[in-house]
Amino acid sequence: MSIDISWLIGGPQGSGVESAANIFSRACASMGYHIFGKREFYSNIKGEHSYFTVRISDRIIHSNVNDVTMMVAFDAETIFRHYSEIVPGGAIIYDSDIIQTKADEVHTIDAQYKSRLQKQLGPTPIIQDALDFAKNHGAKLYPISFKTVLSNMADEINNPRLKAMIRMYNVLGVSFSLGILQMPPQTLLESIDAIFSRKKAIADLNKGAATFSYNYAAAKFSDFAFTLKSTTKTPGMILVQGYQGTALGKMACGCRFQPYYPITPASDESVFLESNEIIDVVDNRPGSTLVVQTEDEISAIGMTIGGALTGTRSATCTSGPGFSLMSEALGWAGINEVPIVITIYQRSGPSTGLPTRHGQDDLLSTVFAGHGEFPRIVYASGDVEESFYDTARCFNYSEQYQMPVIHMMDKFLASSVVTCKKFDTSKIRINRGKLLDSLEPDANYKRFAFTDDNLSPRSKIGLENGIFWNTGDESDEAGHITEDPELRIKMMDKRQSKLDHILKTMPDEEQAVSFGVEEICVISWGSPKGPVLDAIQMLKSENIKIGFVQLKLLHPFPKDYLGFLLKNVKTIIDIEANHIGQLGELLKQNLQKNPNYYILKYTGRTMTSTEIYDSIKNIIQNKASARQVLTHGA
Amino acid sequence: MALKLGDYKTEVHNDWCPGCGDFGIVNAIQMSLAEMQIPRHKAAIFSGIGCSGKTSHYINVNGVHTLHGRVLTFAQGAKLANPDLTIIAVGGDGDGLGIGAGHFVAAGRRNLDMTYIIFNNGVYGLTKGQASPTLKLGEKTKSLPSPNTNYNVNPIGLAITSGFTFVARSYAYDVRHLKDTITAAVRHKGLSFIDVLQPCPTYNDINTRDWYSGFDEVTKMTKPRIYKLEETGYDPVVHYGEEMELNEKLTQALIKSLEWDAKIPIGVFYKNEIISQYDKRIMDKIPNYIENPPASQIISSNGLPTTNLSEILDSLSV
Repeated sequence: MSIDISWLIGGPQGSGVESAANIFSRACASMGYHIFGKREFYSNIKGEHSYFTVRISDRIIHSNVNDVTMMVAFDAETIFRHYSEIVPGGAIIYDSDIIQTKADEVHTIDAQYKSRLQKQLGPTPIIQDALDFAKNHGAKLYPISFKTVLSNMADEINNPRLKAMIRMYNVLGVSFSLGILQMPPQTLLESIDAIFSRKKAIADLNKGAATFSYNYAAAKFSDFAFTLKSTTKTPGMILVQGYQGTALGKMACGCRFQPYYPITPASDESVFLESNEIIDVVDNRPGSTLVVQTEDEISAIGMTIGGALTGTRSATCTSGPGFSLMSEALGWAGINEVPIVITIYQRSGPSTGLPTRHGQDDLLSTVFAGHGEFPRIVYASGDVEESFYDTARCFNYSEQYQMPVIHMMDKFLASSVVTCKKFDTSKIRINRGKLLDSLEPDANYKRFAFTDDNLSPRSKIGLENGIFWNTGDESDEAGHITEDPELRIKMMDKRQSKLDHILKTMPDEEQAVSFGVEEICVISWGSPKGPVLDAIQMLKSENIKIGFVQLKLLHPFPKDYLGFLLKNVKTIIDIEANHIGQLGELLKQNLQKNPNYYILKYTGRTMTSTEIYDSIKNIIQNKASARQVLTHGA
Repeated sequence: MALKLGDYKTEVHNDWCPGCGDFGIVNAIQMSLAEMQIPRHKAAIFSGIGCSGKTSHYINVNGVHTLHGRVLTFAQGAKLANPDLTIIAVGGDGDGLGIGAGHFVAAGRRNLDMTYIIFNNGVYGLTKGQASPTLKLGEKTKSLPSPNTNYNVNPIGLAITSGFTFVARSYAYDVRHLKDTITAAVRHKGLSFIDVLQPCPTYNDINTRDWYSGFDEVTKMTKPRIYKLEETGYDPVVHYGEEMELNEKLTQALIKSLEWDAKIPIGVFYKNEIISQYDKRIMDKIPNYIENPPASQIISSNGLPTTNLSEILDSLSV
């Protein structure tokens, strides 16, 4: 029987839930299981409820599902928030010391949620009520006194200090889970070593606790239907955090300068780059990525442009609010044909919106950002693995076509933890377009010289005989200000024609990816890719064929290729994480086609394959309205 | 072959108003570059928006005419990526101390080895004479509907308290003094700032060339308002960097920066080469930053990346 289970751990923000989930994920991944994990958290440093869901399977998976097979809860809020998600036959491992805790005592449960609890559990809900509800719906309950276990362990190893270390509850929870799931304990210990590789004392303490609690749970509870005993291991896999795809892509393709301003969920990428700033270079001295924290996003993009003008591959990384601040300078990069890459990890807007939650509501903002008309590329990745290779593509596009490239990512991708094939640097190509290495003394160089393909040879500040001028004003070929009407037409045409040039020269499979075209066809972009692929697979096993086209190039819009793909499609379903169906708007504008159905989500929570499966099923059964809004997720 | 002054001039038509102080500044920059014999391709002028923004088009080195208020961000980006460049950022007082004030302060804190020159005329010339951040409270230049309601920014004081390590003032019509000040600023190791008093003959009818020369008080003995700090025995240099000396130098510069109206000092107010430059701070974490900066790094060979990620990828392997 194939394994496909979901494990959830929750706790107050800052209590170590994330490292617990990392230990769990790494242990499962090193057994050979495929992992899809994601973290949900509030805009808060300490105390609010955060949780991590990890899906484990022996098949390749691309998404989370609605159901939870096993939940670990050492705090009351985790139980109150998630008790109804447990699948029949699933388990709740919980701290038996908190069963009398009232919802009223959990001050981080807001009034909205409390009233929903009261509807389901009665006027004064306590933990026992929630557990009873889960039990009545088929969940198995595994009560453990975390305090007693910790205390017994402290006595056994003669370390009384341990009794008070409630931070250890996390590793206890992981170890109870893996004990009940009967995973070989050695894997757990190796995972702890890997996670705490730089802190040996902490690793040892955690390993002691893990062994003790693993044995405790394995001995006490051996009746769980699901186990993680063994699986076939695919060689060459990595376990990677979502933001590492673009970060490693930047390192690989030669981005050597990244100014940025801190913003969730984008900063992790810059911090990772800075933490790994010294770069190992084949047969040469070490290189480096210079990461600079600026005073604001305006400075970040200004510096990025300045760096690019010296011939350095330069990028910045931000989210929606930061990008709004960058739009004036984006136009400057457009008119001056400067190759820069802006990586955007979208979150839910408008304004501050849901600052730590997921969203894809910045598509139209990036396509149309900035005053005036200028070319840019908007390019979207659908998963972490492809974001590595796409990053390198984005830098190539920016230099080949000499324009800013906006690389669309999002919070779903940023905070997921997944297994995928090891990134392969040798699959990356570096194309610097018409960047000049040298010029003759009498070159009479002109930065914006008119050429047959409207792309001018590109100098860099510092290149001998290649001095040049840039201006945000309209300019002549040399880069000096002009207001001449004829020159204005020629310059506007030169820049704007590059958009057609992109559509003619970019390979189709880089513009959009077809996963099969059927009469009913999903179109989407970005992170819904994973849940859509899994949902289509589920439908396929019921002999329902659904097509799927993933748009990667969103501007200029690949109208010819997409038009060709959708030629015989009868029903178009647009799936995105926003309110208005922004891709649908681009489809109407560029192809004069209307999506027949929309599946949209804007709760700030990520899409699951379950929800998409259900929604497509509704469409097939003629039970769906034109617009289905997804709601799953605490 | 030695570069001549003419080599630093472009043919671009200059459309500043007759008598504008900007002419003196652009001449002084060209003279200074020629004096220092900076190779043209290794120098870049970054400019903001406004009359002064056109400066980069008149000087025959790399010229980057940026956005209103953002000149320092572009300039610092280029310097960070290629520390071998000689970079001079220029802009108006509205550009640098109004819309760009945040970047001014942040640049001071970094202390990159480059120069920033503000063309300070008290008005927004290109938008027809609104009050700039340096115009004094209650003053009414000729195109203002009513007197200025804001207190003025003190450019010298702000530069000193923001961390600039070379802070000077000069005068657009004293081209020799200005040229010498620019040369000293460019040669300074760290971020240098020059506040250039630059009369706007069209919109600022208060701080005119005659006013700076003291001709507005012809009833008394006519005496220029401007005097040179270096002629008064003033020592702006931080020699040892001990706290007491540093505080003294900062304080004397601040006090001098408050002199206005009857006597206006020009010259170097403050100079400190003991505070580390930004590139030295980078080298603490990236030891070969100067010898192999971002702009010089070889990132590909025959179209393939030269980056070796195997160590990181191995650590992620399961």
